[in-house]
Amino acid sequence: MDIKEIYTQMILEESRNKANKHVLEGATAVEKGHNPSCGDEITLQIKVANGIIEDAAFVGVGCAISQASTSMMIDLIRGKRVEEAKALAETFIGMIKKDITDEEELEVLEDAIAFQNISNLPARVKCAVLAWHTLSGILESD
Amino acid sequence: MNAAELREIRKDFPYLNEDEVGKKVVYFDNAATTQRPKQIMAAVGRYCSYENANPHRSAHHLSIASTRAYDMARETVQRFIGAGHFEEIIFTRNATEAINLVAYSYGLTHLKPGDEVLISIMEHHSNLCTWQYVCKQTGATLKYVYLNEERQIDMAAFEAALTDKVKIFAVTGAANTVATCPDIAPMIRAAKEKGAVTLVDAAQLAAHERVDVRALACDFLVFSGHKLLSPMGIGVLYGRIELLNEMCPFLYGGDMVEYVYEQDTTFAASPYKFEAGTQNVAGAVGLKTAIEYIEDIGFDKIVEQERRLMDYAYERMRTLPYLDLYATPCKNRGPIIMFNYKEVHPHDAASIMDSYNIAIRSGHHCAAPLHHYLDINASCRASFAFYNTTDEIDLFIAALPKVQEVFGLGY
Repeated sequence: MDIKEIYTQMILEESRNKANKHVLEGATAVEKGHNPSCGDEITLQIKVANGIIEDAAFVGVGCAISQASTSMMIDLIRGKRVEEAKALAETFIGMIKKDITDEEELEVLEDAIAFQNISNLPARVKCAVLAWHTLSGILESD
Repeated sequence: MNAAELREIRKDFPYLNEDEVGKKVVYFDNAATTQRPKQIMAAVGRYCSYENANPHRSAHHLSIASTRAYDMARETVQRFIGAGHFEEIIFTRNATEAINLVAYSYGLTHLKPGDEVLISIMEHHSNLCTWQYVCKQTGATLKYVYLNEERQIDMAAFEAALTDKVKIFAVTGAANTVATCPDIAPMIRAAKEKGAVTLVDAAQLAAHERVDVRALACDFLVFSGHKLLSPMGIGVLYGRIELLNEMCPFLYGGDMVEYVYEQDTTFAASPYKFEAGTQNVAGAVGLKTAIEYIEDIGFDKIVEQERRLMDYAYERMRTLPYLDLYATPCKNRGPIIMFNYKEVHPHDAASIMDSYNIAIRSGHHCAAPLHHYLDINASCRASFAFYNTTDEIDLFIAALPKVQEVFGLGY
């Protein structure tokens, strides 16, 4: 596999996109995600009203894959119902585990489908799923 | 070590044989674990095939052969590190378990509130979390000595920190991160004068230069076999016999006892007191063979080759504007270069290097507090062994800009 299939233009650009990387004013829930073996660390913040994720943002440090994955996830869940966001996290994790391979089923992930190839780089799977596990955690506790 | 000698040595390592593996892999993660020469695997295979039995237990000849193999391994380790007594060598799983043994059997029983444990900021988690635990349990305080700009232990700070309250001084002999080899002998002397017990973490030292526990005059010294060409699962604790004799056992069970009654037990003498249950005799045989392999090459040649590799890589990397190097600039250092790309995260860098078949480490290398101290989150690490070549370093250096390229950065 060519390494550039992982480090695509879209992932590299998204990893540098700081639009979703800031402290969220009025956050209703905050959850930390951490990969102890590599030190990737994100703090996911969401603002939920009437069962809708009105806004989300993150702060933290990590590799291009974890940063891009987190940023894309935030774009995807903004404006979605909590239940929808939970389902999206499950779909993403299912895609990474190769439990879900049906392209139509994966379409809901929009740009985040770019991480489908990450399972070819087993050492980096945890970078891609960090934000999504954190999302599942924050929505469970919400 | 000349080119012909190096070529012969490399033939002993299947992983370094391009034809056998099917591709040229540059293995620069030797500080995590070394590769194994075939002589060691053959010795382990011979033991398992022809001498395997439970040592110390049975009267039959296989058990006697196994006991002899285990004893000979201990004698080899004793000679290797210059210990005065056979009883001072305890086999453990690894350096981590050896430090835990000291922490549980000495630290927990000897420390009290107000006492201090002094370590350096460049300790591996194995020589750090252990002491955190002991301090939390006993009410003692964990203190650190920090580094100067050259990533050497600040001796003035060390002397200031070394008060009468320090009961344990535990320090690395060679840092697995910034490559610093602190001048530990005078520090050990000073700590002992204050009445502290001293422990040396030789995990990154034992395979790279001659360790002599009597010259160091330390109380404890630990290392792992797997960083010294042996299979994983065998490590060593050296302890001064006077201390070992007064220490309580670490684990309880078979083969570490004298008399056992319903409510009471008396224990065997060291080393058996500290080796409960059936031990990793095959691992000990592997370690013995590894030590013989290293001694056969000779530490003078190993040091010369590893210094050459380190200096060669360091000088080439130093001039690359897109890298930050953290290895100490002092020449007396381990063969380890910790570095970062200014604009690429270490995990991305390591994955891209891996796609060019160059194996380096990324993360915090079990030294998170050191990374916090250097104000970084993680780093890359290339670490060399005597069987590496300057040609391999050239391949590594040539791959460094590829990471910049993938990220669309200049080089």
